[in-house]
Amino acid sequence: MPAEVVWKTLFVLGLVMGVLLPLLAWTEHKQSAFMQAGRITALRAEFRRFTLGALLRPIADLEKRLVKRDRVPAGASRVLHLTAPVFMALPVLIAIGVIPFAGVYRVDDVAQSMVIANPDWGILLVLMIGAFGTYGTVIAGWSSNNSGSLLASLRSAGQMISYQVGLGLSSVGVLMVYGTLQLQDMVVAQDTSFRVFFFLEKLGVSLPHFLLSFPFVLPAWGIFLQPLAFVLFTICLLAQSGRSPFDAALAPSERVSDAPSEDAGGRSGLFYLAEQVQVVLIAGLVTTIFLGGWSLPWVSTDDVLRGLTPLMGASSATLVCITLHFTSFLVKLLLMIGVQMAIRWTQPRLRYDQVMDLCWKLILPLSLLNIFVTGAGLLLVGVQA
Amino acid sequence: MTLPELLFYAFGAIAVVAASIMVGALRSTVGAIVGLVSCMLSLAGIYVLLGAHLIAAIQILVYAGAVVVLFLFVVMFYDLRRDALPTGRQRALRVGGALLGVFLLDRGLRLLGPLGQAPPLPEGFGGYRELGLALFTDYVLVVEVVALLLTTAIVGGLILTKKRPE
Repeated sequence: MPAEVVWKTLFVLGLVMGVLLPLLAWTEHKQSAFMQAGRITALRAEFRRFTLGALLRPIADLEKRLVKRDRVPAGASRVLHLTAPVFMALPVLIAIGVIPFAGVYRVDDVAQSMVIANPDWGILLVLMIGAFGTYGTVIAGWSSNNSGSLLASLRSAGQMISYQVGLGLSSVGVLMVYGTLQLQDMVVAQDTSFRVFFFLEKLGVSLPHFLLSFPFVLPAWGIFLQPLAFVLFTICLLAQSGRSPFDAALAPSERVSDAPSEDAGGRSGLFYLAEQVQVVLIAGLVTTIFLGGWSLPWVSTDDVLRGLTPLMGASSATLVCITLHFTSFLVKLLLMIGVQMAIRWTQPRLRYDQVMDLCWKLILPLSLLNIFVTGAGLLLVGVQA
Repeated sequence: MTLPELLFYAFGAIAVVAASIMVGALRSTVGAIVGLVSCMLSLAGIYVLLGAHLIAAIQILVYAGAVVVLFLFVVMFYDLRRDALPTGRQRALRVGGALLGVFLLDRGLRLLGPLGQAPPLPEGFGGYRELGLALFTDYVLVVEVVALLLTTAIVGGLILTKKRPE
Protein backbone atom coordinates (compact mmCIF):
# COMPACT_ATOMS: atom_id res chain seq x y z
CA MET A 1 0.00 0.00 0.00
CA PRO A 2 1.45 3.40 -0.89
CA ALA A 3 2.63 5.43 2.06
CA GLU A 4 0.48 8.47 1.30
CA VAL A 5 -2.71 6.39 1.54
CA VAL A 6 -1.69 5.37 5.06
CA TRP A 7 -1.04 8.89 6.27
CA LYS A 8 -4.16 10.24 4.61
CA THR A 9 -6.24 7.52 6.29
CA LEU A 10 -4.64 8.21 9.66
CA PHE A 11 -5.19 11.94 9.19
CA VAL A 12 -8.88 11.61 8.31
CA LEU A 13 -9.57 9.05 11.03
CA GLY A 14 -7.75 11.21 13.56
CA LEU A 15 -9.72 14.26 12.47
CA VAL A 16 -13.08 12.49 12.63
CA MET A 17 -12.58 10.30 15.70
CA GLY A 18 -10.21 12.49 17.68
CA VAL A 19 -11.52 15.99 17.01
CA LEU A 20 -14.96 16.03 15.42
CA LEU A 21 -16.67 13.26 17.39
CA PRO A 22 -15.85 14.51 20.90
CA LEU A 23 -16.73 18.01 19.75
CA LEU A 24 -20.02 16.73 18.33
CA ALA A 25 -20.98 14.87 21.50
CA TRP A 26 -20.29 17.96 23.55
CA THR A 27 -21.96 20.40 21.17
CA GLU A 28 -25.04 18.25 20.94
CA HIS A 29 -25.54 18.44 24.72
CA LYS A 30 -24.89 22.16 24.78
CA GLN A 31 -26.89 23.06 21.70
CA SER A 32 -29.90 20.99 22.69
CA ALA A 33 -29.89 22.66 26.10
CA PHE A 34 -29.60 26.07 24.50
CA MET A 35 -32.31 25.46 21.92
CA GLN A 36 -34.77 23.81 24.29
CA ALA A 37 -34.32 25.63 27.58
CA GLY A 38 -34.58 29.14 26.23
CA ARG A 39 -32.10 31.86 25.87
CA ILE A 40 -31.14 33.22 29.25
CA THR A 41 -30.71 30.08 31.33
CA ALA A 42 -28.86 28.39 28.55
CA LEU A 43 -26.56 31.33 28.03
CA ARG A 44 -25.77 31.44 31.71
CA ALA A 45 -25.12 27.72 31.76
CA GLU A 46 -22.95 28.14 28.70
CA PHE A 47 -20.79 30.66 30.50
CA ARG A 48 -20.43 28.74 33.70
CA ARG A 49 -19.80 25.33 32.24
CA PHE A 50 -17.57 26.43 29.44
CA THR A 51 -14.52 24.74 30.84
CA LEU A 52 -11.98 22.35 29.50
CA GLY A 53 -13.43 19.67 31.79
CA ALA A 54 -16.63 19.53 29.77
CA LEU A 55 -14.64 18.76 26.67
CA LEU A 56 -13.13 15.72 28.37
CA ARG A 57 -16.63 14.30 28.94
CA PRO A 58 -16.57 12.06 25.84
CA ILE A 59 -13.74 10.08 27.43
CA ALA A 60 -15.88 9.46 30.50
CA ASP A 61 -18.79 8.49 28.23
CA LEU A 62 -16.61 6.02 26.41
CA GLU A 63 -15.34 4.50 29.64
CA LYS A 64 -18.90 4.15 30.95
CA ARG A 65 -20.00 2.33 27.79
CA LEU A 66 -17.02 -0.02 27.81
CA VAL A 67 -17.50 -1.22 31.40
CA LYS A 68 -21.27 -1.68 31.15
CA ARG A 69 -22.68 -5.19 31.11
CA ASP A 70 -23.77 -6.50 27.73
CA ARG A 71 -25.87 -9.63 27.43
CA VAL A 72 -27.63 -11.51 24.65
CA PRO A 73 -31.42 -11.53 25.18
CA ALA A 74 -33.29 -14.84 25.38
CA GLY A 75 -34.28 -16.19 21.97
CA ALA A 76 -31.97 -13.83 20.14
CA SER A 77 -29.87 -14.90 17.19
CA ARG A 78 -26.50 -14.83 18.90
CA VAL A 79 -24.09 -14.33 16.00
CA LEU A 80 -26.17 -11.69 14.25
CA HIS A 81 -26.95 -9.90 17.49
CA LEU A 82 -23.27 -9.64 18.35
CA THR A 83 -22.14 -8.57 14.86
CA ALA A 84 -24.95 -6.11 14.05
CA PRO A 85 -23.02 -3.02 15.26
CA VAL A 86 -20.21 -3.85 12.83
CA PHE A 87 -22.67 -3.93 9.92
CA MET A 88 -23.75 -0.51 11.09
CA ALA A 89 -20.46 1.25 11.76
CA LEU A 90 -18.17 -0.17 9.08
CA PRO A 91 -19.99 1.15 5.95
CA VAL A 92 -20.12 4.68 7.36
CA LEU A 93 -16.41 4.66 8.18
CA ILE A 94 -15.57 3.41 4.68
CA ALA A 95 -17.69 6.10 3.04
CA ILE A 96 -15.68 8.83 4.83
CA GLY A 97 -12.72 7.76 2.68
CA VAL A 98 -14.05 9.20 -0.58
CA ILE A 99 -14.57 12.74 0.69
CA PRO A 100 -11.79 15.05 -0.51
CA PHE A 101 -10.46 17.29 2.26
CA ALA A 102 -8.20 19.41 0.04
CA GLY A 103 -7.41 19.76 -3.64
CA VAL A 104 -4.98 18.38 -6.18
CA TYR A 105 -1.46 19.83 -6.05
CA ARG A 106 1.75 19.32 -7.95
CA VAL A 107 4.50 18.33 -5.53
CA ASP A 108 7.86 17.52 -7.20
CA ASP A 109 5.99 17.21 -10.51
CA VAL A 110 3.68 14.52 -9.16
CA ALA A 111 -0.01 15.34 -8.78
CA GLN A 112 -1.11 14.71 -5.19
CA SER A 113 -4.84 14.41 -4.60
CA MET A 114 -5.89 15.09 -1.01
CA VAL A 115 -8.44 12.29 -0.72
CA ILE A 116 -7.96 8.74 0.54
CA ALA A 117 -9.70 7.00 -2.34
CA ASN A 118 -10.93 8.58 -5.54
CA PRO A 119 -12.74 5.87 -7.46
CA ASP A 120 -14.19 6.53 -10.89
CA TRP A 121 -17.70 6.13 -9.51
CA GLY A 122 -17.29 8.06 -6.25
CA ILE A 123 -20.87 9.12 -5.73
CA LEU A 124 -22.11 5.63 -6.60
CA LEU A 125 -19.86 4.28 -3.86
CA VAL A 126 -21.56 6.58 -1.37
CA LEU A 127 -25.02 5.51 -2.54
CA MET A 128 -23.92 1.90 -2.44
CA ILE A 129 -22.70 2.20 1.11
CA GLY A 130 -25.92 3.94 2.09
CA ALA A 131 -27.84 1.01 0.62
CA PHE A 132 -25.68 -1.43 2.51
CA GLY A 133 -26.21 0.45 5.77
CA THR A 134 -29.82 -0.75 5.74
CA TYR A 135 -28.59 -4.19 6.77
CA GLY A 136 -27.15 -2.85 10.01
CA THR A 137 -30.53 -1.55 11.14
CA VAL A 138 -32.52 -4.54 9.89
CA ILE A 139 -30.20 -7.11 11.40
CA ALA A 140 -29.96 -5.23 14.70
CA GLY A 141 -33.73 -5.05 14.91
CA TRP A 142 -34.39 -8.64 13.98
CA SER A 143 -31.61 -10.41 15.84
CA SER A 144 -32.47 -9.26 19.35
CA ASN A 145 -35.89 -11.00 19.43
CA ASN A 146 -37.67 -7.85 20.55
CA SER A 147 -40.90 -6.81 18.84
CA GLY A 148 -40.23 -3.13 19.40
CA SER A 149 -36.83 -3.34 17.77
CA LEU A 150 -38.27 -5.34 14.89
CA LEU A 151 -40.96 -2.75 14.22
CA ALA A 152 -38.40 0.03 14.39
CA SER A 153 -36.09 -1.73 11.99
CA LEU A 154 -38.93 -2.37 9.52
CA ARG A 155 -39.84 1.29 9.64
CA SER A 156 -36.32 2.51 9.14
CA ALA A 157 -35.56 -0.04 6.42
CA GLY A 158 -38.60 1.10 4.44
CA GLN A 159 -37.58 4.69 4.96
CA MET A 160 -33.98 4.08 3.93
CA ILE A 161 -34.91 2.21 0.74
CA SER A 162 -37.39 4.92 -0.25
CA TYR A 163 -35.00 7.78 0.31
CA GLN A 164 -32.27 5.89 -1.51
CA VAL A 165 -34.34 6.45 -4.66
CA GLY A 166 -34.70 10.15 -3.95
CA LEU A 167 -31.01 10.42 -3.14
CA GLY A 168 -30.00 8.86 -6.46
CA LEU A 169 -32.41 10.90 -8.56
CA SER A 170 -31.71 14.23 -6.88
CA SER A 171 -27.98 13.85 -7.52
CA VAL A 172 -28.46 13.24 -11.27
CA GLY A 173 -28.83 16.95 -12.04
CA VAL A 174 -25.53 17.66 -10.27
CA LEU A 175 -23.79 14.90 -12.21
CA MET A 176 -25.07 16.42 -15.44
CA VAL A 177 -23.71 19.85 -14.55
CA TYR A 178 -20.27 18.64 -13.42
CA GLY A 179 -20.07 15.83 -15.98
CA THR A 180 -18.35 13.46 -13.55
CA LEU A 181 -19.08 10.98 -10.77
CA GLN A 182 -15.76 11.49 -9.02
CA LEU A 183 -16.05 13.61 -5.90
CA GLN A 184 -12.61 15.21 -6.27
CA ASP A 185 -13.38 16.14 -9.89
CA MET A 186 -16.67 17.67 -8.76
CA VAL A 187 -14.85 19.99 -6.38
CA VAL A 188 -12.31 20.87 -9.08
CA ALA A 189 -15.27 21.75 -11.33
CA GLN A 190 -16.59 24.04 -8.56
CA ASP A 191 -13.22 25.72 -8.05
CA THR A 192 -14.16 28.64 -10.30
CA SER A 193 -16.72 31.44 -10.59
CA PHE A 194 -19.57 32.12 -12.97
CA ARG A 195 -21.52 35.20 -13.98
CA VAL A 196 -25.12 34.92 -12.84
CA PHE A 197 -26.55 36.17 -16.14
CA PHE A 198 -24.15 34.25 -18.38
CA PHE A 199 -27.03 32.49 -20.11
CA LEU A 200 -28.31 35.89 -21.35
CA GLU A 201 -24.86 36.56 -22.80
CA LYS A 202 -25.01 33.17 -24.52
CA LEU A 203 -28.28 34.23 -26.08
CA GLY A 204 -26.61 37.37 -27.39
CA VAL A 205 -28.08 39.95 -25.01
CA SER A 206 -25.59 42.70 -24.23
CA LEU A 207 -25.69 43.38 -20.51
CA PRO A 208 -24.85 46.60 -18.63
CA HIS A 209 -21.41 46.47 -17.08
CA PHE A 210 -22.47 46.34 -13.44
CA LEU A 211 -24.26 43.01 -14.06
CA LEU A 212 -20.92 41.42 -14.99
CA SER A 213 -18.94 42.33 -11.88
CA PHE A 214 -18.73 41.44 -8.20
CA PRO A 215 -22.17 40.85 -6.67
CA PHE A 216 -23.36 39.14 -9.83
CA VAL A 217 -20.39 36.82 -10.06
CA LEU A 218 -20.86 33.77 -7.84
CA PRO A 219 -18.62 30.82 -7.02
CA ALA A 220 -19.63 27.93 -9.31
CA TRP A 221 -20.85 25.89 -6.37
CA GLY A 222 -23.60 23.31 -6.56
CA ILE A 223 -25.83 25.31 -4.24
CA PHE A 224 -25.99 28.13 -6.82
CA LEU A 225 -26.07 25.95 -9.94
CA GLN A 226 -28.50 23.36 -8.55
CA PRO A 227 -30.42 24.98 -5.65
CA LEU A 228 -33.36 22.57 -5.85
CA ALA A 229 -31.08 19.53 -5.92
CA PHE A 230 -29.27 20.94 -2.86
CA VAL A 231 -32.49 21.05 -0.83
CA LEU A 232 -33.72 17.63 -2.01
CA PHE A 233 -30.36 15.92 -1.60
CA THR A 234 -29.88 17.27 1.92
CA ILE A 235 -33.38 16.20 2.96
CA CYS A 236 -32.81 12.72 1.53
CA LEU A 237 -29.49 12.37 3.34
CA LEU A 238 -31.07 13.46 6.64
CA ALA A 239 -33.94 11.01 6.16
CA GLN A 240 -31.51 8.27 5.24
CA SER A 241 -29.61 8.78 8.46
CA GLY A 242 -32.87 8.56 10.45
CA ARG A 243 -32.19 11.42 12.82
CA SER A 244 -35.03 13.70 13.79
CA PRO A 245 -37.24 15.05 12.23
CA PHE A 246 -37.09 11.75 10.33
CA ASP A 247 -36.82 9.50 13.36
CA ALA A 248 -40.22 7.84 12.95
CA ALA A 249 -38.39 4.56 13.59
CA LEU A 250 -37.27 5.83 17.00
CA ALA A 251 -40.47 7.66 17.98
CA PRO A 252 -40.17 7.19 21.77
CA SER A 253 -43.71 8.49 22.23
CA GLU A 254 -45.23 5.70 20.15
CA ARG A 255 -42.90 2.79 20.59
CA VAL A 256 -40.23 1.23 22.79
CA SER A 257 -37.09 2.48 21.17
CA ASP A 258 -34.78 2.20 18.23
CA ALA A 259 -33.70 -1.00 16.45
CA PRO A 260 -30.66 -1.53 18.69
CA SER A 261 -32.61 -1.14 21.93
CA GLU A 262 -31.28 -4.45 23.34
CA ASP A 263 -27.68 -3.56 22.64
CA ALA A 264 -25.65 -2.31 25.57
CA GLY A 265 -22.05 -1.65 26.47
CA GLY A 266 -19.37 -1.29 23.85
CA ARG A 267 -21.67 -2.48 21.09
CA SER A 268 -24.15 0.30 21.76
CA GLY A 269 -21.12 2.55 21.60
CA LEU A 270 -20.54 1.35 18.04
CA PHE A 271 -24.13 2.27 17.13
CA TYR A 272 -23.58 5.67 18.67
CA LEU A 273 -20.32 6.01 16.75
CA ALA A 274 -22.08 5.13 13.50
CA GLU A 275 -24.74 7.76 14.14
CA GLN A 276 -22.22 10.48 14.91
CA VAL A 277 -19.92 9.64 12.01
CA GLN A 278 -23.01 9.76 9.81
CA VAL A 279 -23.53 13.38 10.84
CA VAL A 280 -19.97 14.15 9.75
CA LEU A 281 -20.45 12.14 6.55
CA ILE A 282 -23.63 14.01 5.61
CA ALA A 283 -21.97 17.34 6.26
CA GLY A 284 -18.95 16.25 4.22
CA LEU A 285 -21.03 15.08 1.27
CA VAL A 286 -23.18 18.19 1.12
CA THR A 287 -20.06 20.33 1.44
CA THR A 288 -18.28 18.44 -1.32
CA ILE A 289 -21.13 18.29 -3.79
CA PHE A 290 -22.92 21.58 -3.17
CA LEU A 291 -20.71 23.95 -1.18
CA GLY A 292 -17.60 23.71 -3.29
CA GLY A 293 -15.74 21.32 -0.96
CA TRP A 294 -12.29 22.71 -0.21
CA SER A 295 -12.49 25.50 -2.81
CA LEU A 296 -12.32 29.13 -1.75
CA PRO A 297 -15.09 31.45 -2.95
CA TRP A 298 -14.08 33.72 -5.87
CA VAL A 299 -10.43 32.64 -5.67
CA SER A 300 -9.42 29.56 -7.64
CA THR A 301 -6.39 27.38 -6.88
CA ASP A 302 -4.52 28.87 -9.82
CA ASP A 303 -5.17 32.39 -8.51
CA VAL A 304 -3.80 31.51 -5.08
CA LEU A 305 -0.70 29.80 -6.46
CA ARG A 306 -0.04 32.57 -9.00
CA GLY A 307 -0.40 35.24 -6.32
CA LEU A 308 1.74 33.53 -3.69
CA THR A 309 4.55 31.94 -5.71
CA PRO A 310 6.46 35.22 -6.41
CA LEU A 311 6.26 36.09 -2.70
CA MET A 312 7.42 32.85 -1.08
CA GLY A 313 8.45 30.30 -3.68
CA ALA A 314 6.54 27.40 -5.18
CA SER A 315 6.70 24.87 -2.34
CA SER A 316 5.64 27.22 0.47
CA ALA A 317 2.90 28.59 -1.80
CA THR A 318 1.56 25.05 -2.25
CA LEU A 319 1.70 24.49 1.49
CA VAL A 320 -0.21 27.70 2.23
CA CYS A 321 -2.70 26.79 -0.48
CA ILE A 322 -3.30 23.35 1.09
CA THR A 323 -3.80 24.96 4.49
CA LEU A 324 -6.25 27.52 3.09
CA HIS A 325 -8.22 24.84 1.26
CA PHE A 326 -8.34 22.53 4.27
CA THR A 327 -9.50 25.40 6.49
CA SER A 328 -12.19 26.28 3.97
CA PHE A 329 -13.36 22.65 3.93
CA LEU A 330 -13.41 22.49 7.72
CA VAL A 331 -15.39 25.72 8.06
CA LYS A 332 -18.04 24.52 5.61
CA LEU A 333 -18.12 21.09 7.28
CA LEU A 334 -18.70 22.61 10.72
CA LEU A 335 -21.35 24.91 9.26
CA MET A 336 -23.25 21.95 7.80
CA ILE A 337 -22.95 20.05 11.10
CA GLY A 338 -24.41 23.09 12.85
CA VAL A 339 -27.27 23.25 10.34
CA GLN A 340 -28.05 19.58 10.94
CA MET A 341 -28.13 20.10 14.70
CA ALA A 342 -30.33 23.16 14.37
CA ILE A 343 -32.75 21.14 12.22
CA ARG A 344 -32.70 18.35 14.73
CA TRP A 345 -33.66 20.52 17.67
CA THR A 346 -36.21 22.76 15.95
CA GLN A 347 -38.31 20.54 13.67
CA PRO A 348 -41.08 18.33 15.10
CA ARG A 349 -40.99 14.66 14.14
CA LEU A 350 -42.83 13.62 10.98
CA ARG A 351 -45.35 10.80 11.24
CA TYR A 352 -44.31 7.70 9.33
CA ASP A 353 -46.90 8.19 6.57
CA GLN A 354 -45.75 11.82 6.24
CA VAL A 355 -42.16 10.65 5.84
CA MET A 356 -43.24 8.35 3.02
CA ASP A 357 -45.47 10.96 1.38
CA LEU A 358 -42.64 13.46 1.42
CA CYS A 359 -40.39 11.02 -0.41
CA TRP A 360 -42.71 9.57 -3.04
CA LYS A 361 -45.10 12.46 -3.65
CA LEU A 362 -42.82 15.46 -3.34
CA ILE A 363 -39.11 14.65 -3.59
CA LEU A 364 -39.42 12.11 -6.40
CA PRO A 365 -41.43 14.32 -8.81
CA LEU A 366 -39.31 17.35 -7.98
CA SER A 367 -36.06 15.45 -8.64
CA LEU A 368 -37.41 14.27 -11.99
CA LEU A 369 -38.41 17.85 -12.80
CA ASN A 370 -34.93 19.00 -11.81
CA ILE A 371 -33.35 16.50 -14.20
CA PHE A 372 -35.44 17.74 -17.13
CA VAL A 373 -34.92 21.43 -16.34
CA THR A 374 -31.17 20.85 -15.95
CA GLY A 375 -31.04 18.99 -19.26
CA ALA A 376 -32.93 21.76 -21.02
CA GLY A 377 -30.67 24.37 -19.43
CA LEU A 378 -27.52 22.54 -20.49
CA LEU A 379 -28.83 22.31 -24.06
CA LEU A 380 -29.71 26.01 -23.99
CA VAL A 381 -26.25 27.19 -22.96
CA GLY A 382 -24.62 24.53 -25.12
CA VAL A 383 -22.53 22.88 -22.42
CA GLN A 384 -21.03 19.59 -23.49
CA ALA A 385 -20.93 17.27 -20.49
CA MET B 1 0.05 -16.98 -6.68
CA THR B 2 -0.42 -13.30 -7.39
CA LEU B 3 -2.73 -11.05 -5.40
CA PRO B 4 -5.54 -10.90 -8.01
CA GLU B 5 -5.52 -14.71 -8.28
CA LEU B 6 -5.62 -15.03 -4.51
CA LEU B 7 -8.50 -12.57 -4.31
CA PHE B 8 -10.31 -14.36 -7.12
CA TYR B 9 -10.12 -17.68 -5.30
CA ALA B 10 -11.09 -16.06 -1.99
CA PHE B 11 -14.15 -14.33 -3.44
CA GLY B 12 -15.06 -17.42 -5.42
CA ALA B 13 -14.82 -19.61 -2.33
CA ILE B 14 -16.95 -17.21 -0.30
CA ALA B 15 -19.54 -17.02 -3.09
CA VAL B 16 -19.75 -20.80 -3.43
CA VAL B 17 -19.81 -21.49 0.29
CA ALA B 18 -22.31 -18.71 1.00
CA ALA B 19 -24.55 -19.70 -1.88
CA SER B 20 -24.51 -23.45 -1.38
CA ILE B 21 -24.09 -24.00 2.33
CA MET B 22 -25.61 -20.90 3.92
CA VAL B 23 -28.47 -20.27 1.50
CA GLY B 24 -29.20 -23.92 0.86
CA ALA B 25 -28.68 -25.58 4.19
CA LEU B 26 -29.15 -23.05 7.01
CA ARG B 27 -32.37 -23.51 8.90
CA SER B 28 -32.61 -19.89 9.91
CA THR B 29 -34.07 -17.92 7.02
CA VAL B 30 -32.38 -14.69 8.03
CA GLY B 31 -29.07 -16.56 8.15
CA ALA B 32 -29.74 -17.77 4.61
CA ILE B 33 -30.32 -14.21 3.50
CA VAL B 34 -27.07 -13.10 5.09
CA GLY B 35 -25.45 -15.87 3.01
CA LEU B 36 -27.11 -14.52 -0.11
CA VAL B 37 -25.75 -11.04 0.63
CA SER B 38 -22.23 -12.44 1.14
CA CYS B 39 -22.58 -14.19 -2.21
CA MET B 40 -23.61 -10.90 -3.90
CA LEU B 41 -20.71 -9.05 -2.31
CA SER B 42 -18.18 -11.66 -3.46
CA LEU B 43 -19.60 -11.46 -6.97
CA ALA B 44 -19.08 -7.71 -6.85
CA GLY B 45 -15.49 -8.36 -5.78
CA ILE B 46 -14.97 -10.64 -8.78
CA TYR B 47 -16.42 -7.96 -11.07
CA VAL B 48 -13.89 -5.47 -9.67
CA LEU B 49 -11.08 -7.96 -10.38
CA LEU B 50 -12.34 -8.20 -13.96
CA GLY B 51 -12.19 -4.41 -14.31
CA ALA B 52 -15.97 -3.95 -14.47
CA HIS B 53 -16.19 -1.35 -11.69
CA LEU B 54 -19.57 0.07 -12.59
CA ILE B 55 -21.18 -3.36 -12.75
CA ALA B 56 -19.71 -4.11 -9.32
CA ALA B 57 -21.19 -0.90 -7.90
CA ILE B 58 -24.57 -1.63 -9.43
CA GLN B 59 -24.42 -5.22 -8.20
CA ILE B 60 -24.17 -3.95 -4.63
CA LEU B 61 -26.52 -1.00 -5.11
CA VAL B 62 -29.34 -2.96 -6.75
CA TYR B 63 -29.00 -6.56 -5.62
CA ALA B 64 -27.49 -6.30 -2.16
CA GLY B 65 -29.00 -2.89 -1.44
CA ALA B 66 -32.54 -3.22 -2.72
CA VAL B 67 -33.56 -6.72 -3.83
CA VAL B 68 -32.19 -8.71 -0.90
CA VAL B 69 -33.39 -6.10 1.59
CA LEU B 70 -36.89 -6.72 0.25
CA PHE B 71 -36.40 -10.48 0.76
CA LEU B 72 -35.32 -9.75 4.31
CA PHE B 73 -38.41 -7.60 4.74
CA VAL B 74 -40.73 -10.39 3.67
CA VAL B 75 -38.97 -12.96 5.83
CA MET B 76 -39.16 -10.71 8.88
CA PHE B 77 -42.82 -9.98 8.27
CA TYR B 78 -43.74 -13.66 8.18
CA ASP B 79 -41.39 -14.40 11.07
CA LEU B 80 -40.42 -17.87 9.87
CA ARG B 81 -38.89 -19.73 12.78
CA ARG B 82 -36.93 -22.96 12.70
CA ASP B 83 -39.92 -25.14 13.57
CA ALA B 84 -42.03 -23.64 10.77
CA LEU B 85 -39.96 -25.52 8.19
CA PRO B 86 -40.46 -29.22 7.39
CA THR B 87 -38.03 -31.66 9.02
CA GLY B 88 -38.46 -34.71 6.78
CA ARG B 89 -36.18 -35.82 3.97
CA GLN B 90 -33.20 -34.39 5.81
CA ARG B 91 -31.00 -37.47 5.62
CA ALA B 92 -31.52 -38.00 1.87
CA LEU B 93 -30.76 -34.33 1.24
CA ARG B 94 -27.59 -34.50 3.33
CA VAL B 95 -26.25 -37.60 1.60
CA GLY B 96 -27.08 -36.20 -1.84
CA GLY B 97 -25.56 -32.86 -0.96
CA ALA B 98 -22.38 -34.49 0.32
CA LEU B 99 -21.99 -36.54 -2.87
CA LEU B 100 -22.57 -33.48 -5.04
CA GLY B 101 -20.10 -31.55 -2.88
CA VAL B 102 -17.39 -34.19 -3.32
CA PHE B 103 -17.97 -34.20 -7.08
CA LEU B 104 -17.80 -30.42 -7.33
CA LEU B 105 -14.73 -30.30 -5.07
CA ASP B 106 -12.99 -32.78 -7.36
CA ARG B 107 -13.85 -30.77 -10.45
CA GLY B 108 -12.88 -27.53 -8.71
CA LEU B 109 -9.49 -28.83 -7.55
CA ARG B 110 -8.64 -29.85 -11.11
CA LEU B 111 -9.41 -26.34 -12.30
CA LEU B 112 -7.30 -24.76 -9.53
CA GLY B 113 -4.05 -23.33 -10.78
CA PRO B 114 -2.66 -20.26 -12.49
CA LEU B 115 -5.47 -18.36 -14.15
CA GLY B 116 -3.61 -17.47 -17.32
CA GLN B 117 -3.14 -14.00 -18.74
CA ALA B 118 -6.27 -11.88 -19.08
CA PRO B 119 -6.57 -10.04 -22.41
CA PRO B 120 -5.65 -6.34 -22.14
CA LEU B 121 -8.66 -4.18 -21.43
CA PRO B 122 -9.55 -1.35 -23.81
CA GLU B 123 -9.18 2.24 -22.55
CA GLY B 124 -11.88 3.17 -20.02
CA PHE B 125 -13.29 -0.36 -19.87
CA GLY B 126 -15.97 -0.81 -17.24
CA GLY B 127 -16.32 2.92 -16.55
CA TYR B 128 -19.66 4.69 -16.59
CA ARG B 129 -18.73 6.76 -19.65
CA GLU B 130 -18.07 3.80 -21.94
CA LEU B 131 -21.02 1.86 -20.62
CA GLY B 132 -23.33 4.84 -21.02
CA LEU B 133 -22.13 5.49 -24.56
CA ALA B 134 -22.65 1.83 -25.49
CA LEU B 135 -26.11 1.75 -23.92
CA PHE B 136 -27.35 4.91 -25.57
CA THR B 137 -25.86 4.38 -29.05
CA ASP B 138 -25.53 0.71 -30.02
CA TYR B 139 -28.14 -0.69 -27.67
CA VAL B 140 -30.57 2.20 -27.38
CA LEU B 141 -33.50 0.17 -28.71
CA VAL B 142 -32.97 -2.55 -26.09
CA VAL B 143 -32.73 0.03 -23.32
CA GLU B 144 -35.96 1.68 -24.39
CA VAL B 145 -37.78 -1.65 -24.69
CA VAL B 146 -36.63 -2.68 -21.21
CA ALA B 147 -37.72 0.70 -19.85
CA LEU B 148 -41.16 0.18 -21.38
CA LEU B 149 -41.32 -3.32 -19.95
CA LEU B 150 -40.44 -2.10 -16.45
CA THR B 151 -43.02 0.69 -16.67
CA THR B 152 -45.63 -1.87 -17.70
CA ALA B 153 -44.67 -4.03 -14.73
CA ILE B 154 -45.03 -1.08 -12.33
CA VAL B 155 -48.42 -0.07 -13.75
CA GLY B 156 -49.53 -3.71 -13.64
CA GLY B 157 -48.46 -4.00 -10.00
CA LEU B 158 -50.36 -0.83 -9.11
CA ILE B 159 -53.53 -2.03 -10.84
CA LEU B 160 -53.37 -5.48 -9.25
CA THR B 161 -53.00 -4.12 -5.72
CA LYS B 162 -55.44 -1.24 -6.09
CA LYS B 163 -58.58 -1.35 -3.98
CA ARG B 164 -61.64 -1.64 -6.21
CA PRO B 165 -64.55 0.70 -5.35
CA GLU B 166 -67.58 -1.24 -4.10
